[in-house]
Amino acid sequence: MFVRVIANYLVILWICCGAAYADMAVTIGYLEQVEPQPPVLSNLDPVPENEGLAGAEVGLKDNATTGRFLKQTYALETRIVAEGGDIESAARELLAVTPFLIVKAPKNQLLRVADLPEAAGAILFNTSAGDTDLRDASCRVNVLHTLPSRAMLTDALAQFGVRKKWTDWVVVAGPYTADLAFADAIENSARKFGIRIRERRVWDVSADLRRSAFQELPLFTQNFPEHDLLVVADETDDFGRYVPYNSWVPRPVGGTEGIVPVAWDRTVEQWGAAQLQSRFEKTAGRSMRPVDYAAWAAMRAIGEAVTRTSQADAGAVRDYLLSGKFELAGFKGRPLTFRTWNGQLRQPIPLVNPRALVAQAPLEGFLHQRTELDTLGIDEAESACTAFRE
Amino acid sequence: MRILWQITGLAIGMGLSIATADEIWVSNEKDDTISVIDIDTLEVTRTIDVGERPRGIAFAIDHSVLYLCASDSDTVQVIDPKTGKILHELPSGEDPEQFVLHPDGKHLYIANEDDAITTVVDTDTRKVIAQIDVGIEPEGMAVSPDGDIAITTSETTNMAHWIDTGTQELFANTIVDQRPRHAEFTHDGSELWVSSEIGGTITVFNRENQQEKAKIEFEIQGIHPDRVQPVGFEMTRDGQHVFVALGPANHIAVVDPETYEVTDYILVGRRVWHMAFNGDESLLFTTNGVSGDVTVIDVKNLEPIKSIKVGRFPWGAAYRPTN
Repeated sequence: MFVRVIANYLVILWICCGAAYADMAVTIGYLEQVEPQPPVLSNLDPVPENEGLAGAEVGLKDNATTGRFLKQTYALETRIVAEGGDIESAARELLAVTPFLIVKAPKNQLLRVADLPEAAGAILFNTSAGDTDLRDASCRVNVLHTLPSRAMLTDALAQFGVRKKWTDWVVVAGPYTADLAFADAIENSARKFGIRIRERRVWDVSADLRRSAFQELPLFTQNFPEHDLLVVADETDDFGRYVPYNSWVPRPVGGTEGIVPVAWDRTVEQWGAAQLQSRFEKTAGRSMRPVDYAAWAAMRAIGEAVTRTSQADAGAVRDYLLSGKFELAGFKGRPLTFRTWNGQLRQPIPLVNPRALVAQAPLEGFLHQRTELDTLGIDEAESACTAFRE
Repeated sequence: MRILWQITGLAIGMGLSIATADEIWVSNEKDDTISVIDIDTLEVTRTIDVGERPRGIAFAIDHSVLYLCASDSDTVQVIDPKTGKILHELPSGEDPEQFVLHPDGKHLYIANEDDAITTVVDTDTRKVIAQIDVGIEPEGMAVSPDGDIAITTSETTNMAHWIDTGTQELFANTIVDQRPRHAEFTHDGSELWVSSEIGGTITVFNRENQQEKAKIEFEIQGIHPDRVQPVGFEMTRDGQHVFVALGPANHIAVVDPETYEVTDYILVGRRVWHMAFNGDESLLFTTNGVSGDVTVIDVKNLEPIKSIKVGRFPWGAAYRPTN
């Protein structure tokens, strides 16, 4: 029962066409490092070339529509660096025109950009690197993360396991760095939520599963200890799709296959999400993916800060984003905010199967003194990120 | 419980003499139907097939026809309330979600959710007379009692857009909190109220100068503030109460429009969305999307007295007098 009556002289958010608001032009940089993709078994579902950029473009349109009523204009300046190209000089070019960079790059390249002298005081939005470490010991004061960390994703799956009482897991991890990182995150989440990892195996079968999944997978999964959930750690998207229905014992599959924790998926259609999905599909001609969502959220976060503060300098925008005032309507049923200890965007994590939303974490019953959203990922007390404390 | 008996008694007493009791019409978003509730018996008496994804629902001023947003059919359907037949369709622009009927009884102001447009349709000539660019995902629609101002709120742009109904042009845009969903002028026309679902607030504007006058926040013990999400609301004509649907918080808040204080919270069904009064405003009917029912609230005692099963995902409600 809290009422705040605002005296007239305090009103600052009044605007009328042609009235006092100064024209403002905001440029946002989009920086991408194209990564080499390891060969995968299936030719289905290639990663779209404009993944990320398409999300930023939809966010830009959203900002521009709002800006039209406020005499604010938004522009996108894009640099896409080819495989092995020089991301630092591309970053310098962008930083010469804007302090706001939406970045799609692997961890090491992201850190190289963040550590450029020109990037001091800028705001970089990490939209593609799930490395939990980037929100922890390797955090940078000028990097915010709109993509959830791997820890947030695997915590969501662990909450699901606890709620279902599926508490004995076995893990099959692919051989690539990202696969192993996902499997490690699974182990950490299991420890956090009291799930037993009964065994972890590395996928080392070289057979062409397009022909032989029905023969190979039962053999590979034979002799696993008793388990409730077969967890696949295959961020590379190589063998995972062949696992469901081919395991030795009939068990549900989760992780990067089966029931999958994600930042975003086409199956998210509640909370007004259908509108964002259809706006995106109209623009990009395909469904919205997690990296698209993270880029959209970054763009909208900048737009919100500029709209609400009527300022477009990096200091004011950063202060606003990390203040208690910022909230983003991110179509996940709750306002999204940034964690002040590491710059991670707090967000619900949908758990999806290929055709529907199964559940959304935080699941009921996982409580937290601040917000249940902080049951996902690194909490303040355990954070090794010191850059945000200064 | 006593109230329920009284109502039932009343219904039985009047039962056979009145063939046509007043009704509440409920649009069922995921059933493509309307459920018609008999206000005397508090039971569903008719289910009417309509266009795809029915949402916004309102009767003509003389209640001779019903207007219904069939969002996925991209049309506003005009329905004969006696027979339930669809008489004709109005051009509405794409994906109409909500609308408001101008006091002249002639012009419908329609929010086109997917197109960032407000469409103005003449219900007599069945022609679009204006389309006004507004923010992204327009939804809430209101018109001032004197008809001079129409309002569209846009969910992603987070604004209330003020339309001069004389020129059909915007004359002001005011920022509100995240995801504005619904707007209403007070009955005396002096204030505009706008609910923000994700912001969790209602912003009250002074109509005269479009300045923010008050902000109302809600707090329910045991429910995280994030889940207290105001959506639809209705004001009583006597100026005593404003009833605010709080979405997934499953409660209706009761607000005193003089002091802007929340005086009560009433537990209703799951994901409460919109509502309608009966004729003398003694009963309030709320649509509960997730539980698929309508809660009937006794306005005098501020108590829920019954829940009525309707179709899937009830969205809006409208009152129809029959006498």
